[in-house]
Amino acid sequence: MVENRPFLTFVAHALLILGILVVALPIWIVLVTSSQAPEDVLTAPIPMWFGERLVDNYLAVLGRGLTRSSSGPVAPMMLNSLIMAVSIAVGKIAISILSAFAIVYFRFPGRMLAFWTIFVTLMLPVEVRILPTFEVVANLGLLNSYAGLTIPLIASATATFLFRQFFMTVPDELAEAARVDGAGPMRFFLDILLPLSRTNIAALFVILFIYGWNQYLWPLLVTTDERYYTIVMAIQRMVTAADAEPEWHFIAAVAMLAMLPPVLVVLLMQRWFVKGLVETEK
Amino acid sequence: MEKRVVFRQRGLPYLLLAPQLAVTLVFFIWPASQALWQSMLVQDPFGLATQFVWFDNFRALFGNPEYTNSLRVTAVFSFAVAFSGLAIALLLAAMADFVIRAATFYKTMLIWPYAVAPAIAGVLWLFMFNPAIGIIAWLLGGVGIDWNHQLDGGQALLLVIIAATWKQISYNFLFFLAGMQSIPRSLIEAAAIDGAGPVKRFVTLIFPLISPTTFFLLVVNLVYAFFDTFGIIHAVTEGGPAQATTTLVYKVYRDGFIGLDLGGSAAQSVILMAIVMALTFVQFRFIERRVQYA
Repeated sequence: MVENRPFLTFVAHALLILGILVVALPIWIVLVTSSQAPEDVLTAPIPMWFGERLVDNYLAVLGRGLTRSSSGPVAPMMLNSLIMAVSIAVGKIAISILSAFAIVYFRFPGRMLAFWTIFVTLMLPVEVRILPTFEVVANLGLLNSYAGLTIPLIASATATFLFRQFFMTVPDELAEAARVDGAGPMRFFLDILLPLSRTNIAALFVILFIYGWNQYLWPLLVTTDERYYTIVMAIQRMVTAADAEPEWHFIAAVAMLAMLPPVLVVLLMQRWFVKGLVETEK
Repeated sequence: MEKRVVFRQRGLPYLLLAPQLAVTLVFFIWPASQALWQSMLVQDPFGLATQFVWFDNFRALFGNPEYTNSLRVTAVFSFAVAFSGLAIALLLAAMADFVIRAATFYKTMLIWPYAVAPAIAGVLWLFMFNPAIGIIAWLLGGVGIDWNHQLDGGQALLLVIIAATWKQISYNFLFFLAGMQSIPRSLIEAAAIDGAGPVKRFVTLIFPLISPTTFFLLVVNLVYAFFDTFGIIHAVTEGGPAQATTTLVYKVYRDGFIGLDLGGSAAQSVILMAIVMALTFVQFRFIERRVQYA
């Protein structure tokens, strides 16, 4: 603070606290709702403090699913989400770091073409090519499979650029020394480049894990078999069914479970999260 | 910038690039070119014959009131989300920058909605505004406003705008705060010594200096509102009531996937591609200016 302005400081803190409360209010409502008995959440005003069914409700949705709308238990959906998030994050990092290595450390015909091909993916999010991409995946027989859920999403221009950017800052002397010592390119990559990229990989993993967990449109398109539903896409069916048969206490519990893992990742790995967020946008 | 030291193996780089390029070609380039091609085809109702019709699908699209309506909805939605998200985040970041002391605490408390999936963000706000159990709908009813977004198109649009903005504030806040904290303290102090109060410093010094960040965020927010909000709309309103919340992306999904109108959906995809390309171009063209301050 440059000067002492008690009133302004008070206003600033007040506004920030108000901001935090507004941001947190929906979570509070949903958390409290997830602890109620069904008959307590049928009409407004619903209770603003915890009911007695917190543990019961969560165990019920995890193991059994909702009672009346025909949705399966949530635990396998969370597992699917986890598989999808981790595969996408690992897959994107793996193929991007290899591409960046090829583009930075080799000279070969078609290098710029490869670079621009990868760049173009930035301009083609799933949302703009829904139907033809679905057809490709269907023709390859990848509907209702983990491969279909993950592989079409693992091309990544941003991750490739991030690693390219980072490799550019690695001193040339390291590659020179490796060559003098008789190390081939893959040895140099595994023993020098990969350990140096550790923090970048961690930062990227946090961002990509959230990206993968939160996928919505893609699982909606490629899964019709309940065994492959992810929790984020499945909640929509429960909400739609809730207009006829409201089970808001269960839906609230599912919503909490759906956001818990990525929110925990952000809060626990905040340093890497911020680094990843800022660097992927450069 | 190029590396001075390179390896000389011939086949290896192609092998390293193969996975990335294969995924890109099969799942990105090929479908996109399919969309381009299909956008100029018309299929008969039984799918037996297709005819090449040049730009007729595009002409039909812009003559279709449903499509022009979704253009209008998308424009209102995107600018409302971008503007309110930026304004609220800017205000909060300015406050956090001003108080300094607890800035890290406030940052932690404000960034986590970034991790919430758009569809879940929609469900959270659905809880607040549900006509039967929503606390805000109930409060509004108390002051005589009858809230029912399942019937009222304007209210439905407002609801998805609120949910989309809520999710985006944390991202904007993080970048605004980083931009403000990278301004040299000596500049701020010099202005203070010259008699500029906090408000004047913000208007004449801080805001102009972070303008590259603002511009960058504006583009990112528009992209977000265009493409990443599908989940919110699908989970909360399904485009309704009476298409009041049908954005361009939602319409591509509905026409192509549920309506099975191949040519029309492909033509819409091509228009969306043009929009992303324009936005990406703007982002990369002006990004240099951002970097010198950040």
